[in-house]
Amino acid sequence: MGLQAYTGPGWLLTKAEQLINWGRSRSPWPLPYGTACCGIEMMCALAASYDMARFGAERPSFSPRQADVLIEAGTITKKMVPVLRRIYDQMAEPKWVIAMGACACTGGVFRTYSTHQGISDVIPVDVYIPGCPPRPEGLLYALLKLMDKIQKDHPLRKQVVEALGG
Amino acid sequence: MGLKEKVQDLLGNDILDIVEYRGDLTIEVPKSKNVKILKALKEAEGLQFDFLVDIVGVDNSALYEKKKAKKKKPKGDEEAEEKEPVEEGPPPPRFEVIYLLLALSTNERLRVKIRVSEDDLEVDSITGLWRGANWPEREVYDMFGIRFKGHPNLKRLLMWEGFPAHPLRKDYPLEGQGEQRDFDDCRFF
Repeated sequence: MGLQAYTGPGWLLTKAEQLINWGRSRSPWPLPYGTACCGIEMMCALAASYDMARFGAERPSFSPRQADVLIEAGTITKKMVPVLRRIYDQMAEPKWVIAMGACACTGGVFRTYSTHQGISDVIPVDVYIPGCPPRPEGLLYALLKLMDKIQKDHPLRKQVVEALGG
Repeated sequence: MGLKEKVQDLLGNDILDIVEYRGDLTIEVPKSKNVKILKALKEAEGLQFDFLVDIVGVDNSALYEKKKAKKKKPKGDEEAEEKEPVEEGPPPPRFEVIYLLLALSTNERLRVKIRVSEDDLEVDSITGLWRGANWPEREVYDMFGIRFKGHPNLKRLLMWEGFPAHPLRKDYPLEGQGEQRDFDDCRFF
């Protein structure tokens, strides 16, 4: 029975995961990465009238080491791609990415020589927000979607599988 | 004495062309004399164009091609052909470099234009006159491939180093030629 608790969906294991997920989803500290007009909407979502802190995104972390969610708000030029990748690599696990706006998702209207056509081939994206730019409500909705996703995660299962030898 | 007369007085025969359009004065000068002329405009009493607003490059090749196509077009319409005299001789130089000047004391503006042909893409740098010409000249070099002789640090300004083309030239496709900045070591998928 004790073994079952580690292999199957046991009571203790499930509860611990829920506890971790609860904690993670309620404190998604954002790393604001505003490169264009979406950044303005993101600032608005973070500021008083929309107040993203209500959902636990309490502290916009300008250091990637202390951030959980990279909010990529704006156009990424080809010159910027290595910078974005490095910022993402500097974030500690677990980490998530929100691609905000048409430019971050697909390159948007900037189908030109200098613009990277969507960030999803540089870093993995969890939530895409369409819009040019999206309203702050859009960003809050994406954050709620991300919180749903985090709650469905299994942070311990992977470790147990590794501990039992694959 | 108006600005036009003052500039004509100062530069005399060095002016190849002078156009005033809606109060904006544009002069064209020989490429080889750009530093001398800009220095004169900067220092002359009563003019003192002491502020360099910007340096821009222009690629006129598409314009010339358009004109050429227009000339050929009217076949039956002989009147139209007569109206536009066919220009003979070598085609005009492809590129232009335009200096936008402002006189802070009188608030007058002046555009100084030089023409740069495709086979001689070297222009004297004016960083000796205005240190602020550094980045604009780098931008023109980046976008059009016009080299500035005597520039202290002529590297690309906007595109990354190693970018193979000059993207504001008219023969460069808007969507690029598939250039990617080398980031193989950080590609995820």
